Amino acid sequence: MANKIDDATIEYVGILAKLELSDEEKEESKKDLERMLDYVDELNELDTSGVEPMSHVFPVNNVFREDVVTNGDGSADTLKNAPESKDGGFVVPKTIV
Amino acid sequence: MSITELTALELGAKIKAGELSAVEAATEALAQIKKKEKDINAFVTVDEEGALKRAAEVQKRIDAGELKDSPIAGVPVGIKDNMCTEGLKTTCSSKILYNYIPTYTSTAVDKLEKAGAVMVGKTNMDEFAMGSTTETSHFGATKNPWNLNNVPGGSSGGSAAAVSAAEVPFALGSDTGGSIRQPCSYCGVTGIKPTYGTVSRYGLIAYGSSLDQIGPIAKNVSDCAAVLDIIAGKDQKDSTSMERELDFSAALVDDVKGLKIGIPKDYFGEGLNSEVSQKIMDAAKVLESKGAILEEFDLGLVKYAIPAYYVIACAEASSNLERFDGVKYGYRTEQYDGLHDMYKRTRSEGFGAEVKRRIMLGSFVLSSGYYDAYYLKALRVKALIKESFDKAFSKYDLILGPAAPTTAPEIGKSLSDPIQMYLGDIYTVSLNLAGLPGVSTPCGLDSKGLPVGLQLTADCFKEKNIIRAAYAYECTGEFQPSPVACV
Repeated sequence: MANKIDDATIEYVGILAKLELSDEEKEESKKDLERMLDYVDELNELDTSGVEPMSHVFPVNNVFREDVVTNGDGSADTLKNAPESKDGGFVVPKTIV
Repeated sequence: MSITELTALELGAKIKAGELSAVEAATEALAQIKKKEKDINAFVTVDEEGALKRAAEVQKRIDAGELKDSPIAGVPVGIKDNMCTEGLKTTCSSKILYNYIPTYTSTAVDKLEKAGAVMVGKTNMDEFAMGSTTETSHFGATKNPWNLNNVPGGSSGGSAAAVSAAEVPFALGSDTGGSIRQPCSYCGVTGIKPTYGTVSRYGLIAYGSSLDQIGPIAKNVSDCAAVLDIIAGKDQKDSTSMERELDFSAALVDDVKGLKIGIPKDYFGEGLNSEVSQKIMDAAKVLESKGAILEEFDLGLVKYAIPAYYVIACAEASSNLERFDGVKYGYRTEQYDGLHDMYKRTRSEGFGAEVKRRIMLGSFVLSSGYYDAYYLKALRVKALIKESFDKAFSKYDLILGPAAPTTAPEIGKSLSDPIQMYLGDIYTVSLNLAGLPGVSTPCGLDSKGLPVGLQLTADCFKEKNIIRAAYAYECTGEFQPSPVACV
């Protein structure tokens, strides 16, 4: 079965992915997704009814430890990596107009 | 014999015996790097000043008698550039992290440094470990030391090439779908992907968190086992790391008598290069002549591993890479109109084509309406794949096959057809899905003079089986790579 990705879908996936694609990139991405999905559809040859999805190979569940602070205040060093910072915080574009 | 030709353990022994110092070892490695880098480009960052400083500190510790138990004190190491190193740029070979300087060190690197290894630099990789050739690096492709027209494999291509070109005696790589084993195969060196959870992932910049594992890349099996002894172990900072039996070096025994080795018939079908196939069967016969019991069998589901892998890995990647938003670190676009526009432009300009491709696919398969059909379906297939391995390991101690279907392709031939490139991972990805350990070790050259890699796989936590068999094979001297000579 050949998958078809329409304009609305590629627009929507772009929003989810937080990527801005040019018109040319959108067309490429459509073809790309269609090809990959056609390939992935091979999985449908397998009957998986009754099979539990396996997200983790080992049965490791919640891992708890005492909530004890072991690190110091690394905020100044952390902020050194920020493209823009001010008064001990990250600077982002204005979000409330 | 130049000291760059020594293995990590040989060099460590000489340093321990006082025949040369950690500073001399670092100096030699840096000189070799200087000589080779213009051809190989295995490093994103070479930290000459830092390396010499660290070496001097290690030598002080050695002189004070502190590092008697470490076999690699003073030995230079290259670290894949997706492992955080405090104060040293860590880029993931991406524009989006071009200037990122971590404020902490990953657990694996920290453990190596505590054991006295001297980091000389950060090795090149496919951007965010997404690729099989190291061509998607923002900082240029790495070349294969055996033939500069060919790729070194990927994504840990820089680490494998650096060891192969004798720039460093060993390196760390990471393996999400074959990213240690496949470049080791292409570069004629040895690498181990341990059982999932064996090495802490703390400080490893995540790609596919349920699949990622750090492991050693070196000139032989003994070095890999020694490094694994040091970096493995449970870590509070990675809740998926496991309490388990370690002491991998104890398995370095030249004896495979009675070891039951299964050879999947379905590995030797269409797509496998005939010369590679021949070398793998030759290696199997060597193990048989030493007393191992070979048997062919049908593993099953082989062709479904790659589509299942790409759905799961891309889904996890699309989520993991959300953190790159131009706010906290790395690249931020110059011009934007509001917050969301800043996010989108930053990411679109900062990520390369293959990374964007995988984020798009991952976002799609996780979106409502497609989640069940693609993501959950892939997780169900993963369960079936695990089952087929469980069945195999109820009969065999090991599974033997090729690490990759071909030897290293030429540069520029792979990226245009992604699915074709992904097929190159056919023998490696299923181990990541099932959490299994695997080694790739060299077993000969093809008619073009390029190395072939033998992959040995064992059940979870049974690294000792693969180390024992790979060591026994290596002891026959059937194939001894001579990295320096070949460059």
